[in-house]
Amino acid sequence: MSTKPAGRQVLLQGNEAIVEGAIVAGCRFFAGYPITPATEISEAMSYRLPAVDGTFIQMEDEIASMGAVIGASLAGVKAMTATSGPGFSLMQENLGYACVAEVPCVIVDVMRGGPSTGLPTNVSQGDVMQARWGTHGDHPIIVLAASTTQDCFSITVKAFNLSEKYRTPVILLADEVVAHTREKISIPHAEEVEVIERIRPNMPPDWYIPFENNSRGVPPMSSFGAGYRYHVTGLIHDMRGFPTQRPDEIVPFMERIFRKINQHFFDIQMVNKEMTEDAEVLVIAYGSVCRSARRAVREARQRGIKAGLVQLITLWPFPRQIIEPLLRKVRAVLVPELNMGQMSREVKRVNQGVTRIETLNKIDGTLLTPGEILTRLLKL
Amino acid sequence: MAEETRLVYKYLRHDKKFPHVWCPGCGNGILLGALIRAIDRTGLEKDDIALVSGIGCSGRISVYVDFNTVHTTHGRALTFATGIKLANPRLQVIVIMGDGDATAIGGNHFIHAARRNLNLTAIVVNNSIYGMTGGQYSPTTPYESISATSLYGNIEQAFSIAELAAMAGASMVSRGTVYHAALLDELIEKAIMKRGFSVVEVISHCHTHFGRKNKMGGPVEMMRWQRDSAVRIEKASSLSKEEMKGKFTIGVLVDRDLPVYTQEYKKIREAAKTMAATGRSILP
Repeated sequence: MSTKPAGRQVLLQGNEAIVEGAIVAGCRFFAGYPITPATEISEAMSYRLPAVDGTFIQMEDEIASMGAVIGASLAGVKAMTATSGPGFSLMQENLGYACVAEVPCVIVDVMRGGPSTGLPTNVSQGDVMQARWGTHGDHPIIVLAASTTQDCFSITVKAFNLSEKYRTPVILLADEVVAHTREKISIPHAEEVEVIERIRPNMPPDWYIPFENNSRGVPPMSSFGAGYRYHVTGLIHDMRGFPTQRPDEIVPFMERIFRKINQHFFDIQMVNKEMTEDAEVLVIAYGSVCRSARRAVREARQRGIKAGLVQLITLWPFPRQIIEPLLRKVRAVLVPELNMGQMSREVKRVNQGVTRIETLNKIDGTLLTPGEILTRLLKL
Repeated sequence: MAEETRLVYKYLRHDKKFPHVWCPGCGNGILLGALIRAIDRTGLEKDDIALVSGIGCSGRISVYVDFNTVHTTHGRALTFATGIKLANPRLQVIVIMGDGDATAIGGNHFIHAARRNLNLTAIVVNNSIYGMTGGQYSPTTPYESISATSLYGNIEQAFSIAELAAMAGASMVSRGTVYHAALLDELIEKAIMKRGFSVVEVISHCHTHFGRKNKMGGPVEMMRWQRDSAVRIEKASSLSKEEMKGKFTIGVLVDRDLPVYTQEYKKIREAAKTMAATGRSILP
């Protein structure tokens, strides 16, 4: 993610870079409701989308925004919404709908302090678990996190690609510092960016099975109006899309929606490993904290401490296969976070007592500085 | 083949989706018939129609008809429809909701959809009760009526769905009943053909819950009540306030031409493109 492709050099803030990434990825529909610190995404979408024949609409609330996004995606257009904590909570019911009905879409949550109205314009990473478990019931989900303005561009493209590839909503977590940091980034030429489209059916309409249990686990998806009439529902459904209560249809369906994610772990799980080959202590971080952690790790190296850094890009599914072998090689691990320890719980779960896991938590609405991380790193 | 049979074969989904979930005598069956007859009269292709429904008894209509259909979350049908219409304005989007669906949990979406005036058709089936969950009072349950959650009598005042839609800015508002089935065909057809947001309030009955608790009799008695309480809008003006007491009007109540959202949005696209082309862009 940190590699800088050649292209147009521009000065952008994270929120604007997300918009540019979405447009390059093919997003042509945005429905949202203004909320700080995600507002600039709506603002930039409102002037960028109509210029590329897309549509922006400011809905009456976040529930409506998520509904409109699902509708647009069913009609065949790549769609996105953006919000922050309280708005993200409102979206959860329809987010679950998108999981069950397998509707590709991207939801950006620029995290701010919470719970409730919380710390409206201050940085936080408190929505990590909400992103995973916010909606009701069992379901898989893909959650990515951006840590720099350049990340905001490239990870947004990844988010759209994964959502199209696996017919699933993808959540992109940013935090206030990432969203509002203005810096120079490279926007590659559109033709240099890999853009993935959902697989559309090519069989005669009579043969189309909209929720077919195929080997990839991802059925082809037709757009409304394209000649393949089918039923979409939030109820657990059979392969034809109709509600079912038969155990022999419920179980294969639930298994398939989990399998389509599990089976492609290595495509979905993205991390950045830095100086981990000979590392004795490891920092695992994501979002703006990762940026501070990078500086701290480099300074620790200058002081002769063999420190390494893992930047989590994919938060969910948790990149267990990548983290597990690293845990066996190090003396201690530090997980700095702007919450009371949401991702560190996951690291501890994977660790199973193999090595020492330390946490560094900050919840006062300010960012974790390199100095603060370095101080803890030196004591490990 | 008889006309009705031909329509059933043409528009209903046959593979394992019947019998339907509705109680014997429910008004939803009559609405379903009116809907397919109205659509047939418009001459629209099945592929050009998207049918969106909410949650509740009426929400199950989307399962039975052979269009592009979406059964959404409770109260949110209009938001899904908004996305579908904006992403593909060629699709004729019809939304079916119940009274609780459209005016309680979905009340905000309902007024804003009317205000935006997207070219959608909203059919609100008003049986004055939450049927599927077992007969609790809804925003259209009449004052003093008995329901599962108002056993001492309902103390809330009822919404008039049609008036709400008209005030919020819908282009066409009409009201029909499942008793006046031929008129219902006509009202739905007109609503689909209307450019702009059109609302059809369909007065129906839930004899299983509302009728039983309020001692209104079975489906036949409840439909007789519809017959005796409904007054054609054309006739209503000649009646006095006294004569209209306890009655409601049916027919096309509002028909006006207002700017349609998708047409208006074309102006935005042109402005954005002109701005980009002339280099006066505000883009980074």
